[in-house]
Amino acid sequence: MIPTDYYIFLGSGLFTIGVIGVLTRRNVLIILMSIELILNAVNINLVALSQYFKSVDGQVFAIFVITDAAAEAAVGLGLIIALFRNKETVNADEIDLLKW
Amino acid sequence: MLELITFIILSVLALVSAILVITRRNAVHSAIWLVVTLFAVGGIFLLQHAEFLFAVQIILYVGGIMVLFLFVVMLVDIDVALRQARFARQWPVALVTSILLLGIIGFALYNHSQGLNLPSRPMISAPAQNTQAVGMALYQNYMLPVEIASVLLLVAMVGAVIMAKRKLE
Repeated sequence: MIPTDYYIFLGSGLFTIGVIGVLTRRNVLIILMSIELILNAVNINLVALSQYFKSVDGQVFAIFVITDAAAEAAVGLGLIIALFRNKETVNADEIDLLKW
Repeated sequence: MLELITFIILSVLALVSAILVITRRNAVHSAIWLVVTLFAVGGIFLLQHAEFLFAVQIILYVGGIMVLFLFVVMLVDIDVALRQARFARQWPVALVTSILLLGIIGFALYNHSQGLNLPSRPMISAPAQNTQAVGMALYQNYMLPVEIASVLLLVAMVGAVIMAKRKLE
């Protein structure tokens, strides 16, 4: 049986990689993928603690997180398509109309 | 022992492929590595006897969201992106900040191990029991959240269509 701590350390590692991806990449698509990594890290923690407390509630919340990830991916990718159509770029640092 | 070896293999696979996701130049390669990460995370769910969540992970994430991602990667111009810089100008600061964040999380987890030194408890559950328990929880205790989630999905669907629609004069 694996200690629950290991799962939480794995979750924080995956979360940090996702945060690095969000903060450093220029491509908006990769930023969205990094957000998926962050949500997966959260799910690992939820499932680990759900098993620890012998309650199924954490898994239910993980299902809601996956639902949110699907909604976020749909809207985000729609935004990227609209953005690419209007600005001809998918780089986050070239979209600086409000940053002038 | 075998469980621990499986866990180590899966977590190394997840972390390495996650690093590859955020470092590849080509967005298609990133998407493929993200699929590997999602499979590894699904394996970790299976290791924790969350069989229903494993199925949801494979069907929804790998089957649904990743196909959507690959579609959009193909739609936007990847040839231009291949010749541009991968990382934004602020990447050293961002990297240091993120590593610092990991250090703080790790320090807090390690230092307060009284609160989090969770002993492992064996979990005995057959696949049918897990799915049954999740279904019971979803349709009894979490009835209202399930309905709200369905409204959220409807709003997201309409929103995505509105966003991606070509403007008609």
